[in-house]
Amino acid sequence: MGIFSPGFSGRSRERNPELPPGQYLETGFPVLTAGPTPRIDKRDWEFSVVSETGERRSWDWQAMLDLGAEDVATDIHCVTAWSKLGTHWRGVPIDRFLDAVDTNAEYLMAHSYGGYTTNMPLEEIKGRAWLAYEFEGEDLDPEHGGPARLLVPHLYLWKSAKWVNSLQLMAADAPGFWEQNGYSMHGDPWLEERYWGS
Amino acid sequence: MSGALGGPPAGPVRWVPATVTAAWMETPGSRSLLLDAPELAPALAGQHVDIRLTAPDGYTAQRSYSLASPAGAEQLQVTVDRMPDGEVSPYLVDGLEVGDSIEVRGPIGGWFVWRPEQTEPVQLLAGGSGVVPMMSMIRTHAASGSTAPLRLLYSVRTPAGRFYTEELDRLAADGVVDLQYVFTRETPPEWPRQAGRLTPALVMEFGIVAADAPSVYVCGPTPFVESVADALVRLGHDPSRVRTERFGASG
Ligand SMILES: Cc1cc2nc3c(=O)[nH]c(=O)nc-3n(C[C@H](O)[C@H](O)[C@H](O)COP(=O)(O)OP(=O)(O)OC[C@H]3O[C@@H](n4cnc5c(N)ncnc54)[C@H](O)[C@@H]3O)c2cc1C
Repeated sequence: MGIFSPGFSGRSRERNPELPPGQYLETGFPVLTAGPTPRIDKRDWEFSVVSETGERRSWDWQAMLDLGAEDVATDIHCVTAWSKLGTHWRGVPIDRFLDAVDTNAEYLMAHSYGGYTTNMPLEEIKGRAWLAYEFEGEDLDPEHGGPARLLVPHLYLWKSAKWVNSLQLMAADAPGFWEQNGYSMHGDPWLEERYWGS
Repeated sequence: MSGALGGPPAGPVRWVPATVTAAWMETPGSRSLLLDAPELAPALAGQHVDIRLTAPDGYTAQRSYSLASPAGAEQLQVTVDRMPDGEVSPYLVDGLEVGDSIEVRGPIGGWFVWRPEQTEPVQLLAGGSGVVPMMSMIRTHAASGSTAPLRLLYSVRTPAGRFYTEELDRLAADGVVDLQYVFTRETPPEWPRQAGRLTPALVMEFGIVAADAPSVYVCGPTPFVESVADALVRLGHDPSRVRTERFGASG
């Protein structure tokens, strides 16, 4: 702080209390992805939870829907500094999948079609994460992670793994894809945990 | 959290001051800035920094900008496209002056990078300002004397909209990079093709073939990256070898 830019005024004069520090309001929906967008047919789609002892439970599309979805209204925050407020999603609470396995794990690694991974503490997602398959009343676009992505809206959006296909439960924490590439292990937007050591 | 995980060297990534030491218009709509930021760690080719501006009343805005300067350069170069009605870019293009200070944070990113140790062929595909991190890779390649085959397919609206034209033409003439332009709105006189988008057919015609297992880097506006990355996968490139950087919803 302390370096001012003469003549720079910025767009919004009043600080929006719904925006975490350093974020700006975005009306579009930008895309942050490390590689090409995978195209996965719902008919081939599968989602698994694997416990730390190797116990695996899997769901196909219909079995996933049968667990019961709910509507989620939430703000989302990307590490590249944009936020969207009041977005609407539909998805199955992650707890319904986790309840199907026996575990003492404290962390998980989300794995995606295409090889993407991201890690987070298990406590962090209980009651606060969904497997989301609709955005604003429409099927989720492949660009944004469709047919289904993780939605962990209280963390930066890279934790909401697109094209997710399994959750690997782990006794100890380990870095996922962006976490190995300079980004925070935790990623709380309100604490501005963007990068290593920040 | 740093160090033990592998990847880029990382101290804490915090805001540090940077002074503008030089600035010039790269095209009518974009400007290059040279920044002196002695507290930043050396960058790898392809990384970006965050730039933060603070208004006199304390309001701040930050955006990400790729580095065009080669890996390890002391003076960092960014090139900023002016976005109509944008909050930050018009100020960087039209407001900031040589001698002014801003805040920067970084360098950031350990995935969309090219390291001189890489020996496989390298295919770069840039749309518009997506050429910025490619320039860093090309300059790093030249400075390191790398013999890895290097090709740039650069999609740009008009001849006058090209970034780094003279330097790229010189590096192409020197054999550092195999350079192909695709003009989407207007071509130079007597150009062999009509203006038009970078189609899968052109990616096939000019790109390094999948059989040569190149590392592929795609950067630009989101729709450009989406369509090019899709085309590459359909042409048989292993998705795990295609690295992408998307510059935002528009532009
Ligand atoms: C990793 C990374 C690297 C990047 N590297 C570069 C680079 O090398 N060079 C470069 O030029 N850019 C780069 N970008 C893009 C850059 O970060 C900015 O997004 C860009 O400069 C636009 O910022 P802005 O503040 O000017 O525009 P913003 O204010 O963010 O707006 C962007 C566009 O959306 C429109 N818009 C947004 N909000 C509103 C609103 N409320 N009302 C009306 N219109 C609106 C504006 O008209 C504008 O055209 C990079 C982005 C990333 C993520």
